Formats: sequence, structure tokens, C-alpha cells
Amino acid sequence: MAEKERVTLVVFSGELDKALAAFNIAIGAASMGMEVSMFFTFWGLNVIKRNEGSIKSKGMMRRMLNFMNRGGSKRLHLSKFHMLGMGTWMMKQLMKDVNFPQLEELMAMAKGMGVKFIACTTSMGMMGISKEAFIPEVDSFAGVATYLAEAKEGKVNLFV
Amino acid sequence: MKADATLDCIGLYCPMPIYHTANKLKELKVGQVLEILADDEGIKEDMPAWCQVTGNELLGIEEEAGQYKAYVKKSK
Repeated sequence: MAEKERVTLVVFSGELDKALAAFNIAIGAASMGMEVSMFFTFWGLNVIKRNEGSIKSKGMMRRMLNFMNRGGSKRLHLSKFHMLGMGTWMMKQLMKDVNFPQLEELMAMAKGMGVKFIACTTSMGMMGISKEAFIPEVDSFAGVATYLAEAKEGKVNLFV
Repeated sequence: MKADATLDCIGLYCPMPIYHTANKLKELKVGQVLEILADDEGIKEDMPAWCQVTGNELLGIEEEAGQYKAYVKKSK
């Protein structure tokens, strides 16, 4: 059989709506028999941070950043109409209303289809986020060369 | 149209119908036909696209009162 077609997504944004779109595409691509890698970088790291517990980091600026930018799939905001949480809550209700899976369910589906989750080590180092901050589903921690090596072979490469 | 199995995707939006189709088809043997029930209009374009990429055969899509029945023959 021919080698599987490759799809890569850079998830740069840490907003709920953008994460939903990224996982929709990832699940769709995996369902079409493609090999999918998602690279989470910068604010996108918030999508794959665990929801429980606190995130420890060293130094005042990094501690402040991680306090204000806690992340975790359940804490993400809409990029528009967050309205102190009311808009995001309403959007989640609308999703339930049409039986659309929540972000956590989409992430589990993607994982079940073999989608790879890769966290960017540069963003982690800069922001002071350790490996322990992430969900166990993250496959690897890597940099831009890993991304480009995959993207070079990719038929579809997206930046979200 | 006769089918060997039916998948109910009524009330589900993209990409759930193709996600469930991909998983359900794994349970079928080559040559068997899966019937997919859906009411998201996107399936009219998506199921042919899915079949084209995955190399399965789309036998047809029937439309009746806002509901769709797609028939996919497992080809490999």
C-alpha cells in the first residue's frame, strides 16, 4: 500500500473556537486515512495543558504569566464574544444543543484516530512551562526542524 | 438499496458523519455496503469527497424530506 498522506497543523492560538476548528480538521483528515500531526506552540500550548492542579514555574515574570495564562481545554475562551465567560458558556450550550462534541471529546477522538500531539519546546522554555503541565496524550516535545521535516512531506499544512 | 449495516448519524454535524463512517467501515468486509443516515446537508458533498480520498465506492445518496441515505461499498 502507498504511504499515507500527511497533514500538519500548527496550533498557535489558544482560543476555544480556533482549537475546535483545528481538531475538526484533524479528525476529518484522520478519518480520510491521512496521517496527522498537530504542533502546539505559543498560546496554542494552552489547549494541551492539563485542567487539574497548578502549573509551577520559576521567576516572578513566568509565575505571573502562568497565573494569568493558566490554560487547559476547559478554560479556553472564544476569540469573540467571550463576555466574561457568558458568551463562551453559551457557545458550549449551543454545541450541546446540536450534539456537537465538546473540545475534550474531540481531542479524545483525534487521539483515538492516531493524531500526534507535539508541544513546542521553545515556547515551553520561554514561558517556563514544564512537561508536567501537559496532558499525558502529548506524544513528543520538539522544535521547528521536526515540524518542517513533517510539513515538507505534507500535502496539507495549516496554521491556526 | 440493500445494505449490510446501517450507521445512524441523524443530528450530527461535520466531521462526525465521516468520522463514524471511517470507524464503522473497519468492522465491515470488503464488498459489503454501509448505509449512512444523516440530516446534515454537508454529507452530499462530503461523502463523495471522503470516498474519493479513501478509495471506497459511493453507490449513491438518496434524499428524502431533509434526510439523506448514503451507500458506501467497502472497496479495500
